[in-house]
Amino acid sequence: MNIPIYLDNNATTPMDPRVLEAMLPYFTNKFGNAASRNHHFGWVAEEGVDYAREQVAKLIGASEKEIIFTSGATESDNLAIKGVFEMYKDKGNHIITAVTEHKAVLDACKHIEKLGGKVTYLPVKEDGLVDLAELEAAMTPETILVSIMYGNNEIGVIQPVKEIAAIAHKHGALFMTDATQAVGKIPVDVNADGIDLLALSAHKMYGPKGVGALYVRRKGPRVKVTAQMDGGGHERGMRSGTLNVPGIVGLGKACEIAGQEMEAEAKRLSTLRDKLQNALTELEESYVNGNIEHRLPHVANISFKYVEGEGLMMAMKDLAVSSGSACTSASLEPSYVLKSLGLSDDLAHSSIRFGLGRFTTEEEVDYAIEVTKKAVNHLRELSPLWEMFKEGIDLNSIEWAEH
Amino acid sequence: MAYSDKVIDHYTNPRNVGTLDKSSHKVGTGLVGAPECGDVMRLQIQVDDNNIITDAKFKTFGCGSAIASSSLATEWLKGKSVDDAMKIDNMDIVEELALPPVKIHCSVLAEDAIKAAINDYRVKNGMEPIELEKSHH
Repeated sequence: MNIPIYLDNNATTPMDPRVLEAMLPYFTNKFGNAASRNHHFGWVAEEGVDYAREQVAKLIGASEKEIIFTSGATESDNLAIKGVFEMYKDKGNHIITAVTEHKAVLDACKHIEKLGGKVTYLPVKEDGLVDLAELEAAMTPETILVSIMYGNNEIGVIQPVKEIAAIAHKHGALFMTDATQAVGKIPVDVNADGIDLLALSAHKMYGPKGVGALYVRRKGPRVKVTAQMDGGGHERGMRSGTLNVPGIVGLGKACEIAGQEMEAEAKRLSTLRDKLQNALTELEESYVNGNIEHRLPHVANISFKYVEGEGLMMAMKDLAVSSGSACTSASLEPSYVLKSLGLSDDLAHSSIRFGLGRFTTEEEVDYAIEVTKKAVNHLRELSPLWEMFKEGIDLNSIEWAEH
Repeated sequence: MAYSDKVIDHYTNPRNVGTLDKSSHKVGTGLVGAPECGDVMRLQIQVDDNNIITDAKFKTFGCGSAIASSSLATEWLKGKSVDDAMKIDNMDIVEELALPPVKIHCSVLAEDAIKAAINDYRVKNGMEPIELEKSHH
């Protein structure tokens, strides 16, 4: 077992050696520009890209013509939201999203507002899921797009995308989903789910960084987005720029492996995750954040009340995890996702996200349990809040000096 | 962000963790910060008849730098007169622990905790609390 142990697979994943192997020739021998239509080098590169396009399409039940390669999910989100807003401006100017979305979606929506568009940011229920009745109520004749993520990056909850898509379509709007955390982890099918646009990224599924894709539906309806980068008209005119051939080949391979191994891997990971979660919630005053049933198989976000997340991570230095506390930022604001579940600031500050992955072993999980329990107990010994809790003092009865 | 060796040392082996009898007139207690902000420090001093701090204890909810700042503060307080303790400046803590700019608020909180503990002691013993500058975090 190598220390430190990586349990932050929602931030990024290590590349699978099989992916690296597939990519390597495209850095050297097969270096051609996929847009060079008149010689061997270009054809070889194009062949690699075409094959990858099929691999990506297959994983999400799409046709290869519907895959636009990008630099990653952030670009895909931006292209989808801004591109739809520009393309469909004659139809309406209203977009609906949710407060727990990734910053790439939220900030693209803020940009739309600056351009004069209207955006509704739906709140979520305590379990992190969107309330379908609230979505329905927010739809207007002006609504052109509903953008709700598939699986959340902080708490792992899976939104009812099929139902959300149906509501969007009923009101004549398109449905887009940022599926960065879901694709390759759970079955995602653009037709079964009614998805019109979907963003995905390679490095969250054991592929390389700097490459992703946007799925753009071609039939029923034919969806169009206005390009956000001008140039040579690559990717059916939707995304100019010389294709990142090695990256694209890597993304394709990552999708192929994920498709083959997903079912068994999801079972293995959810068993390990449940083991971790059950052991850690044996600690007093620890709570799982977000819906437990509708959740990605490899994520557990747990709050350990009366200890602060960053201090806790320091005691868990042999584990690479992520905290909902943001003590390092000047704002001292804890995670907006956790706060939107209605968590008090102190519980949001006390949260740790465990993200398991393809290379996580049971031995590592056992070690993580031991280290985390020890760290929580150590910090509670140091915590005045824990002492007050143990003495039965209501922390809300104290007048805290606000910073 | 990497922590300095001194922060790691105080965090791993915190000095003077614990609780003094807050009902004793010899003990001053300062409780500063707020759970919502991710930092709460409780610092206590025990003062003898010669105005010397004979014991100091802390408990802190917060990041490693906050824990280290309060641990260091208790080390410095022990053996000091109350008047000298009043002179401890947050920038001394910043320097000793090599805190980066984003962690300066931890040292400010420790200074506030020292002053709050001294004032609690003063008020308990019939003295006027010392006017403090408005907290600057």
